[in-house]
Amino acid sequence: MAELITIENLAKTYKLGDYEIHALRGINLSIRNGEFVAIMGPSGSGKSTLMNILGCLDRPSGGKYFLDGIDVSSLNRDSLAEIRNKKIGFVFQSFNLLSRTTAIENTELPLLYNGDSTKEKAAKARRALNMVGLEGRENSFPNQLSGGQQQRVAIARALINSPAIILADEPTGNLDTRTSIEVMEIFQALNEKGITIVLITHELDIASYAKRDIAFRDGKIVKDEMIAKPKIAKNELLLMPPIEEEA
Amino acid sequence: MRYLQILKIAFKALAKNKMRSGLTMLGIIIGVAAVIAMVGIGAGAKNMVNAQIASLGENLLTIFPGSQSAGAFHGGAGSRTTLTEEDARAIKDNCSAVVAVSPVVRSSAQVVASNQNWGTSVEGYSTDFTQIRSWPLAAGSFFTNQDVSGATKVCILGETVVDNLFPGQDPVGEIIRVKKLPFKVIGVLIPKGQNAMGHDQDDLIIMPYTTVQKKIAGITHVNSIIVSAMDKSKMDLATSQISELLRVRHKIQPGQDDDFTVRSQLDVATAVNSTSSVMSILLGAIASVSLIVGGIGIMNIMLVSVTERTREIGIRMAIGAKSRDIMIQFLSESIVLGLIGGIIGILVGVLSARLISAILHWPVLTSGLAIAVSFFFSGIVGVFFGFYPARKASLLDPIEALRYE
Repeated sequence: MAELITIENLAKTYKLGDYEIHALRGINLSIRNGEFVAIMGPSGSGKSTLMNILGCLDRPSGGKYFLDGIDVSSLNRDSLAEIRNKKIGFVFQSFNLLSRTTAIENTELPLLYNGDSTKEKAAKARRALNMVGLEGRENSFPNQLSGGQQQRVAIARALINSPAIILADEPTGNLDTRTSIEVMEIFQALNEKGITIVLITHELDIASYAKRDIAFRDGKIVKDEMIAKPKIAKNELLLMPPIEEEA
Repeated sequence: MRYLQILKIAFKALAKNKMRSGLTMLGIIIGVAAVIAMVGIGAGAKNMVNAQIASLGENLLTIFPGSQSAGAFHGGAGSRTTLTEEDARAIKDNCSAVVAVSPVVRSSAQVVASNQNWGTSVEGYSTDFTQIRSWPLAAGSFFTNQDVSGATKVCILGETVVDNLFPGQDPVGEIIRVKKLPFKVIGVLIPKGQNAMGHDQDDLIIMPYTTVQKKIAGITHVNSIIVSAMDKSKMDLATSQISELLRVRHKIQPGQDDDFTVRSQLDVATAVNSTSSVMSILLGAIASVSLIVGGIGIMNIMLVSVTERTREIGIRMAIGAKSRDIMIQFLSESIVLGLIGGIIGILVGVLSARLISAILHWPVLTSGLAIAVSFFFSGIVGVFFGFYPARKASLLDPIEALRYE
């Protein structure tokens, strides 16, 4: 398995008035193709900062970040935007769908900024929505979809450009238990297909579905170990009590 | 093309809130409509005045008694008696640049025909009138040189007089009483309607100037002299020839002011044109202020829109939109607002110009140039006033934008 992400001595410092905040202090990390990584840590530990840098939304103050062999740490805004478009798929805690736009239009969105406009856009979007189990709901608006369904649309959107890596920031934060496991089921299915997934969570429960567990504290990695027996979401769902019918 | 799709997105975004888009465009609409209507009215007036000046007779020169500073503007006012028919004859005989000359004698009188009664103006000319004034007859014939030398009591009626004295009838051959004297109607002038000053040009009778002098007004001088120059290029020459001749005839010493004024239609036309041009420009400038206000409205709404959609901008950037994409998206919105506002404004402007024309009977000329320029400027307003908000949007930091509530 090739190395997808290599981080050398990554540092990020923010200036807040007179104070300097060292969000990341010399991180070293490598993630290979096809891995499923969970990053945990208390707030302020630097995990979100790392996520932003991994996602090319932010640039490090020091150190290097190689994505798929490219030194991303020194690229300009426009180049970073291209990489976000083609190599990275984001999934956010609050879904971040465009509100007055249908599911299929939301899913298609990254294709608009792709540089090539294909008439295949709708077909690609439909395929992506199928992959997350949303056939039939292409023309629904986000306010007509449940939290779980909205997150699925977000995942479909993240997938549409066949990215090298999916970055999920607390993807289950706004979902109930059952729906959270359904979402983890999707992630595990995608990972089976070979898609690399990095997700941030503060729930041990959710992290246990991943294959590798990294813990952050005060801007440093304090633990980095493989999970011996990851939970299998499909099985967990079968074990759960059936959904109670609404009265 | 990617930018075409972004343009489509801009359209959709504007359509999502039609009320807001409509209100924002209102400033542009009003501004453009005002410019088009006012420029149209100005152009129409100018055109009508020019047409009327031309219709009075090409190459027309008018000689008034009294020097310019003595306010010799009103042809009939003359308390001055310095111009005579001999002056007119001398001009015709001696000025080579002149082809036709007619003395002008003006008065007013009550005119009676059977049981109808009408007060009107009486104007006396020589037979050169037809050559000078380009005013054809609708019926009958003009008077002759014999009529002039004999001061015969013949007259030609204007349409308004006919309508009042002989409604629905042919007046040629009839006898009317002018100042109680019997006159034979020998012709009718074609109608010309109101002139630019609102004066009814058809409310008059024409007769030999000698008749007016002797039988109506009881004077021996003439109120003015009208002259037709050979052609437009000879106007200045004719003017100087006439001036020289009259100075000699009136025994004016060098250094003394003329006791007459020679006014060329060309000068009148030029003066009117420049005045109306200034008026048009002024009106246009005032109306343009409305366009600027409209632009400020666009900028205001776009700033609000950008703030409202901060999250959306963050999402787009996160999934790969570059600064330029965001910039073009929002700039497209403001340009579309400007252009559509411009189009609607042009329609409203043209329609209101027509409406004003129909109601007030003012002539209106909507020029294609005004329309094209207005459209262009409404686009410019969209670009100029939309630039700052669009730039602001494009420079947002995606991480901050995503956090925005």
